[in-house]
Amino acid sequence: MQIYLPIAEMSVNVFLLLAMGGAVGFLSGLFGVGGGFLMTPLLIFIGIPPPVAVATEANQIVASSASGIFAHWRRGNVDFKMGGVLIAGGILGSYLGVQLFGYLRGIGQIDLLIMLAYVVFLSTVGALMLAESVRAALRRRRSPGPRKLHQHTWLHGLPFKMRFRSSRLYISALLPLSIGFAVGVLSALMGVGGGFIMIPLMIYLLGMPTTIVVGTSLFQILFVTANVTFFQALHNQTVDIVLALLLLAGAVIGAQFGARASAYLRGEQLRGLLAVLVLLVCSKLLYDLVVAPVEPYSLGFGVLH
Amino acid sequence: MRRAIVMTLGLIGLALAHPAAADEPLVADLSKDSIEITTGFTGTDVLLFGATDGDGDVVVLVRGPDMEMVVRKKRRTAGIWINREGVTFANVPSFYRLATSGPLSETVSEAVAESYPVGVEYLDLKTISGEPADHSFRTALLRLLRTEKLYDRQIGGIQFLGSGLFRVELFFPTNVPTGTYMVDVLLLRDGALVASTRYPLAVRKIGVGAEAFRFAHDRPAAYGAIAILIALLTGWLAGLLFRKH
Repeated sequence: MQIYLPIAEMSVNVFLLLAMGGAVGFLSGLFGVGGGFLMTPLLIFIGIPPPVAVATEANQIVASSASGIFAHWRRGNVDFKMGGVLIAGGILGSYLGVQLFGYLRGIGQIDLLIMLAYVVFLSTVGALMLAESVRAALRRRRSPGPRKLHQHTWLHGLPFKMRFRSSRLYISALLPLSIGFAVGVLSALMGVGGGFIMIPLMIYLLGMPTTIVVGTSLFQILFVTANVTFFQALHNQTVDIVLALLLLAGAVIGAQFGARASAYLRGEQLRGLLAVLVLLVCSKLLYDLVVAPVEPYSLGFGVLH
Repeated sequence: MRRAIVMTLGLIGLALAHPAAADEPLVADLSKDSIEITTGFTGTDVLLFGATDGDGDVVVLVRGPDMEMVVRKKRRTAGIWINREGVTFANVPSFYRLATSGPLSETVSEAVAESYPVGVEYLDLKTISGEPADHSFRTALLRLLRTEKLYDRQIGGIQFLGSGLFRVELFFPTNVPTGTYMVDVLLLRDGALVASTRYPLAVRKIGVGAEAFRFAHDRPAAYGAIAILIALLTGWLAGLLFRKH
C-alpha cells in the first residue's frame, strides 16, 4: 500500500516505513540507543531527500525520548540542573545548526555535509566501540583492578564552577554547555539525538555517575530535538509529520521486542554487534561519496511561477 | 474498468457528433479535466480521445507550468564527489509529454516543430541571467527530467481506431508537479498544421496531505509547534501503553 508523503512529496510503501521503524526500534531497544543515526541514513537510502530525512527524524526522536523520559524521571535518574545547562548549550547549537543547514541547502552542499558528518561520526564511534568491546571481551578473564572515580585534568581548572548535586559534581558550567552545544549542532545537521556522542562524554569527560547519565541525556535530547523540529519547520519546511508518525508506530513496537531480546546477550557482545552495524552503514555512505557516480549531474527544483 | 466505460462512451459520443461536426477538422477531449493528488496517489493515466475529418497525423503535447530549476555537476575533489558548478534555468516546463501517431520527422515540419515546440530540442531554455545555457548542462537537465519521468515521448503512441477516431493514454507519475497544464492536440497533413485545439488540465493536491503541505509552508511556526505536540503526545502514550507490560 503506497502513501503520498506531503512534505517529502513522494509516494512510499507504508509497510516498508513501518518495517524500517520496527527494525530500527528493535535495534534501539536491543542496544539502548536512540536509533536516529541508523534511521536517517536508511531514509536517505530509500530515496527520501536528505533534508527531509534529517528534519523528520529529529521530530521522531522527540516522541521516542518523550516515551523514555518518564520512567527515568520516576526513578529519580534525571539531573535537571545538569540537563538545564546541556539544554542551554543545545538550544544555541541546534539553532545555529539549522541556520547552517538552510544556508548549505541553498548552495547545494547540504547532502554532502550530511553524508560527511555521518561518515566521520559513524566511523569514529564504530571503531571505538568495536575496540572497546574486543578489549572488554578479552578482559573478562582477568580480575578488574581498582579504579579512580575520575582523573583531575586542566578541564577542572576552568571558570564558572557550578555544583550539580544529583551528579555529585563541582565543575565548570562551560563543560556541559559546550557538550550541549556540539550535540545541538549535530542534532540539527544529522537528525540524531546525539546520545551516542553525549553519553560517553558525560561519563568520561564530566565524570557523571552512569545511573543518571541516560535519563539526563534523554532530558536534553527531548528539548534539543524539539528545538530542531521547530526551526527546521520554520526555516526549511522539511518536517514530514506523516513520515514521522509512520516511523514512530513501527519503532514503538520494535523497541519492546528489542528490549526483551537484549536480556539474552552480554553487554560487550551487544556493543560489538552495534559497532559492526554502525561500520556497515558508514561504509555504504562512504562508498557513495568516493565511487564515481553514474550520473554526475543532479536536479534541484525552484519555486513555481 | 471505469476508464474503459468512459472511453467507450466518449468514442460513441464523438462518433455520433461526427457527421454534425463535419466542418470541424479536429475534435478531442480528455477523460478528466483535473488530476487530484491524494494521500494514496500512485500516478494516473489520462485518456485523450478524438476524431479527425479524414486522414492526417495527430500530435499531442502536454506541458506543465514553467519552473526554475538548478542543475549541479559533481566533480571529484580530494577523493570525494562534490557538487561544483551549477546552472539555474529560469523557464523549464515542469512536465512535458509528446505523443504522435507516426514517426516525428515524417509528421511535423520544422516550422511547426519550432513554434509549439514539438520535441524538447526546440524548447527555448534560458538561464536566470538570460544567457543561453551551456550545452552539457542543457542536455543533463533534459536527461534528468526524463529519468524523473517528467519528460517522455510516445512516438507512434496515438492509435487510430478507424474512421478518423484516435486515442492515447498519457501517464502522470507520482512526482507530477502541481499547476495548470496545457494539452495541445495538433492535426497535420504533409507536415503542415491543419487544425489545433488546446485544453487546460489542472493538477492539484487535495485531502489531508495537501492541507499539511499548505499549512507547513503558510504557517511554518504553527506547523513546527504542532509537529512537536503530536510527537510528545504519541511518545507519552507509547510510554504509558508499554509500562504495564
